[in-house]
Order: sequence, then C-alpha cells, then structure tokens
Amino acid sequence: MSGLPQWTPELIQAEIDALKHKPGALLPILHAIQDKFGYVPPEAVPQIGDALQQTRAEVHGVISFYHHFRTAAPGTHTLQICRAEACQSMGSRALEAHAKASLGVDYHGTTADREITLEPVYCLGNCACAPSVRIGDDIHGRVTPEKLDRLVSRMTTRALELK
Amino acid sequence: MTTRIFVPCDTTALAMGADTVAAELAQQARSRGAQVEIIRNGSRGLFWLEPLVEVETPDGRIGFGPVEADDVAALVDAGLFEGNAQHPLALGLVEEIPFLKNQQRLTFARAGITDPVSIEDYRALDGFSGLEKALQLDGQQIVDEIKASGLRGRGGAAFPTGIKWQTVLNAPAEQKYIVCNADEGDSGTFADRMVMECDPYMLIEGMAIAGLAVDATQGYIYLRSEYPVAHRLMNQAIERAYAAGYLGDNLMGSGKRFDLEVRLGAGAYICGEETSLLESLEGKRGLVRAKPPLPAIVGLFGKPTVVNNVLSLAAVPFIMDKGGETYASYGMGRSLGTLPMQLAGNVKRGGLIELAFGATLRQLMEDFGGGTFSGRALRAVQVGGPLGAYLPESQWDTPLDYESFAAVGAVLGHGGVVMFDDTVDMGEQARFSMEFCVVESCGKCTPCRIGSTRGVEVIDRIRANDNRDANLELLADLCDTMVDGSLCAMGGMTPFPVQSVMKHFPEDLQR
Ligand SMILES: Cc1cc2nc3c(=O)[nH]c(=O)nc-3n(C[C@H](O)[C@H](O)[C@H](O)COP(=O)(O)O)c2cc1C
Ligand code: SF4
Ligand code: FES
Repeated sequence: MSGLPQWTPELIQAEIDALKHKPGALLPILHAIQDKFGYVPPEAVPQIGDALQQTRAEVHGVISFYHHFRTAAPGTHTLQICRAEACQSMGSRALEAHAKASLGVDYHGTTADREITLEPVYCLGNCACAPSVRIGDDIHGRVTPEKLDRLVSRMTTRALELK
Repeated sequence: MTTRIFVPCDTTALAMGADTVAAELAQQARSRGAQVEIIRNGSRGLFWLEPLVEVETPDGRIGFGPVEADDVAALVDAGLFEGNAQHPLALGLVEEIPFLKNQQRLTFARAGITDPVSIEDYRALDGFSGLEKALQLDGQQIVDEIKASGLRGRGGAAFPTGIKWQTVLNAPAEQKYIVCNADEGDSGTFADRMVMECDPYMLIEGMAIAGLAVDATQGYIYLRSEYPVAHRLMNQAIERAYAAGYLGDNLMGSGKRFDLEVRLGAGAYICGEETSLLESLEGKRGLVRAKPPLPAIVGLFGKPTVVNNVLSLAAVPFIMDKGGETYASYGMGRSLGTLPMQLAGNVKRGGLIELAFGATLRQLMEDFGGGTFSGRALRAVQVGGPLGAYLPESQWDTPLDYESFAAVGAVLGHGGVVMFDDTVDMGEQARFSMEFCVVESCGKCTPCRIGSTRGVEVIDRIRANDNRDANLELLADLCDTMVDGSLCAMGGMTPFPVQSVMKHFPEDLQR
C-alpha cells in the first residue's frame, strides 16, 4: 500500500509497547497496527498474544470477529459503499452494482492494478444525504453512479501522480 | 470591520463539499481584500441545505445554501460578505427557517451556532454550568435531579436513566465506570454523531456529571470506527477540556476527578448492545453477555458501570443547569423531555428535528420533511433502525412516544426515520433485514445465527414463487422462533421489519 511503511517485527513491537499498558488494550493495538501498515499481518498475532498474555487463537478470534480488521494488504485506496436502509431508499443498490461492474471486483476485492479495495459499510451517519460512500476518511453524499466514476478517476489519477 | 462567516464542519456538510466552499470563500476574500473571518461551526442539522453558509449581520445570521464551490464567486458578487440577501440561494435569517424555528431544542440548542471545539463558545452559551451545579451536590442529589427529569435512555430500550444511575451509586466498589455508547449503528440515525461533532463539550460535561453522581472516576466513549470526523473532533475537545480543567484530577478546581478516553470500535453492529460493547472495551470479541448480572452491578472489568447512549448523557447538562422539572415539563405520558428525531432516506428536507415527545410521525415527514426527495408517493417508513418495523400509511398518525409506538407493534428506538417512496420493493427490504442479521449476529445463540441465514433462504424461495404458501408459513414460524429464542434484541427484533412486511406489504412477497 503506497505511502504506508512495510511492517517489521520491530515496528509492530513498537506499536504494541506504546499501548499494552492500557486496560483492554487489544483493540487499540490492532487499530494502531492497521492504521500504520494498512492491515494486521498474521505474523503479528503471536507477538500481540505474548505481550497481552493471550493465546494466538484468542487474538485471531478478535481480529476475525470485527469487520474492520483485515489480514492482507488492501489497495492504495479503500472505497466503502453504504449498504444500509437510508442509502437503499436513495438507490444504493444500483450504486453497488455499478461499482462492482465498473471496478470489476466484488466486495472485499481489490482491483487488478491494486488501486482500489471495495468494501461494504453499514451506515456512515450521512443518511439525510444518501447514498453515501467513504474513501479513506472522506465521506461523500448524494453519490450517483456518475459521481462515483468521477471520485474513482480522481483516486486513480492521484495515485498515478505519486509514482 | 471583520465579517464573521460560518461554514459547517460536520460529516454531512463535509460530504456535501463544505471544505472546498470554505477554501473558495477564503480565496475570494483574499482576492477582493475583504475583511472576513471564516469559522467552522457545527451543523444545525438542516442537512438538505448543507453546506449552509451563514453570515453574521447586526440583525442575526443570514443563511445561504446549499452552496457549492462554483456558486461562491456569484454569491460574493451579490454581496454575501455584506450579508446581502439578493440571491436564489439566500435563505434569510437562519433562526427563522421554519424547520429550525418549529423545533424544541434543549439538547441541540448550541448545535451549529458555535465552533464545536471552542471552549469559550461553549461557556458563552451556558456550557459547564450544569457541571458547576453538580459539583455543589452529592451523588444522591444529582441522581434525584435526573430522576425528576423523567429521562429515559435514548439508545433504544428507553430504560429510566435515574434508576440506572441509582443502581450504580448503590453498588459499593473501589472503581466504577461511565461508558458512553457511541456506537450509533442504526441506519437513519446521526444525532449521536452530531453531538460529538457539533457540541462535544456537552457530552464531556454530561459524562463528568455522571461520574460525580455515581462516584466513577473513569469514562470511556466507545465510538464506531465509521465516524472519523467525530473521532477527530471528540479527541480535540477532550484534549482541550483537560487543559482547561474540565477533565482530570481537579475538576473546575474542586479536587474531584474524572478521566475520559475515546475507544474505537471496529465495524460490528452488535457492539452497540451494551454487554457486547463492554466485552469489546475489554479487548475481546463482542459476544453478548447474559443478563443478569446487570452492567450496573458487574460491568466493565467486572465493576459497576453506567452504560448510556450519547443523547442520554448529552441531556444531562441541561437537566442539571435548568432543573429536572424543567426538562420534565416537555413531552407526554411516560415519555418526558425531548427526542431528537432523525429524518433520512428518501426525504426532501432531511435532518435533525428535536421535539418534545408527542408530535406525529406524519407531521415530522410532511411538515418538516416536505415529503419525498424523489417527489413520488411515500410508501413505507422504517422507524428505529434496522430492527424497527416498516410502517404503512395507516400508521403514520402514531404519536412519537415510546408507548404509542409499542402499541402498534413498532419501536421508536433511537429516533431514526427512514422514508421510502413507491419504487421500493418491500420483499427486498425484508430479505435485507435477515441478511443484515447474518452479517452482524454475534453468533452466540442459534435462532439468531442460523435462523437469519435460513430466513434469507426462505424469503428467496418466497420471492421465486417456490412453494410460496408453505414457505410463508415457515417464515412466520421462523420469525416467532427468533423473537422467543434469542438472547438479545439483535435476533429478537430482526423479525420485526420482516413481520411488518408480511403484515402490511404482503403483495410485495407475491410478485
Ligand atoms: C443489537 C443492538 C444494538 C444496539 N446499538 C446501540 C447503539 O448503537 N447505541 C446505543 O446507545 N444503544 C444501542 N443499543 C442499546 C444498548 O444495549 C443499551 O440499551 C443502551 O446503550 C443503554 O443506554 P441508554 O439507557 O442511555 O439508552 C443496542 C442494543 C442492541 C440489542
Ligand atoms: S441474538 Fe444474535 S446477537 Fe444477540 S446474543 Fe444471540 S446470537 Fe448474539
Ligand atoms: S444509511 Fe447510509 S449513511 Fe446511514
């Protein structure tokens, strides 16, 4: 994932050490690792388990329970489309179909050029200006298929400029 | 003289382009040498007008909206910097817009007026006077004030807040916790988000008061990861509140202590359920705990814990400042005070509407909402989030209070109203309810975990006209099993929207 550092055991350990003293530290640690490296590498699981005196199974169980955490590198950008009711009432089903067809991926898939990972999300709190999508930390409202295409092309041109 | 111009910074305003509008306004001011200060306020919740640009004038704040970056130059030409109203986007005095003027804003009184992270702005509008009062009282007196207000939890179950606090106050322990449920997973709801993005100190103040009331020194806000803007603003506000002595070990110089931290969820709807939320805060999978014991007695890390919704805690500063009786003078029956309703989906004028309990759903959708966005006929309304029933037209005159909704087999929940026009396929909506439960079930009990998967399959067969009558019977039976056999309301209420479709929109299961 461009812009993000490659993980190493030492870098992972630094994230763990910064947070392990907190009560209920596991979620904050997983967030910190994913924010930093884009995902939680499976190799980090025993390291986290050791620090928190938990088994690998326990740590893995937590990672897999939550939709937010992923264990493989995503594309450069993550595009989330809201699938919840308010967005449905404003045409999000057509928007989802359009996104899948135009990107050529299903949910949780990454485009062949590794630019965009498509994910479902259930409500972004922008329900009065539905349908909504999220790209990184930016939320967009009243998204039509045409507007989605514009957002996608902006993402990919920006990525090209970086190279 | 410098003109003050307001451009909101909440999620919806940003989603509609507020940042580019603010940048364009600044650019125009620079190039014209105009003396302008741009303030990023919270949103008033008039979301169909976002970005709503306001210009301060001697007569009050004049609004323009919805403004796109491309409109800015023409607006400035027409005299926006002077508060001139001659433009198609001009709205006149913002406070006079009927949608806003006709509300009864107690909790959202400050939303959109102030810069959300400015402590000075907050203090200028009664901020922290509830905390100041609470610091003069003992825990029991604070709890009594909350009881007098009649406040019931706004997170869905409507349990009396004063009684919950009393239980925690009475539970002896060396450590107690205040946990704010900011998981707001329901579709069509955004009032919690607005509190955190538009008036975060109100939540901080409410939680500190709760801490004083029950003798808890540590608070956590469990915030969903889907709300990045709320996360940023809430953290900023907490940092400033610490610096100014409204959090930490010497609250307003009283020697009393309250610490507060935001914890992020990770995309699990069930973590809005209070026991699952506590498991998640403890660093575990969000599996629902059987009750009893209540979290008020054995809660976070096994200690007595108040778990309250954002809106419940946000109502507290007003109650402490103006008195429980004042709050209780609003509302009807056993539903006292105000309910922030959230109007969303296919609606012309969507947004936040805080009203005393008792207005009807139709008033909300017509008088405030102005009908559908598409201009087509309204067909169904889902109230109370994904576990709430779909209401047909015959039920739109139901008053918005907990008991009236229960009487028609519906729920008010967290106050979300999602409108659908006549293009909706209610069979598809019923199927989605089951599908959502498949995705979001915590997996602890069979009726919910397996039943929802079977529910999707049965609805698919019904929609394919495969043995329709027998499958409709099977679906009814499955719904009953889920209602009766589930440990929590996820499995227990997923059938509500499905049953409402079977009852009120049966034709959509026939096509
Ligand atoms: C599946 C499920 C999801 C829930 N989601 C939320 C939520 O997102 N926010 C919330 O405040 N309460 C939610 N609740 C209700 C909480 O369990 C609990 O009743 C509430 O946080 C108590 O606070 P209150 O008394 O202030 O309403 C949910 C309940 C269930 C069963
Ligand atoms: S009803 Fe569903 S979500 Fe609730 S405890 Fe059972 S399996 Fe978990
Ligand atoms: S339902 Fe899509 S943003 Fe809330």
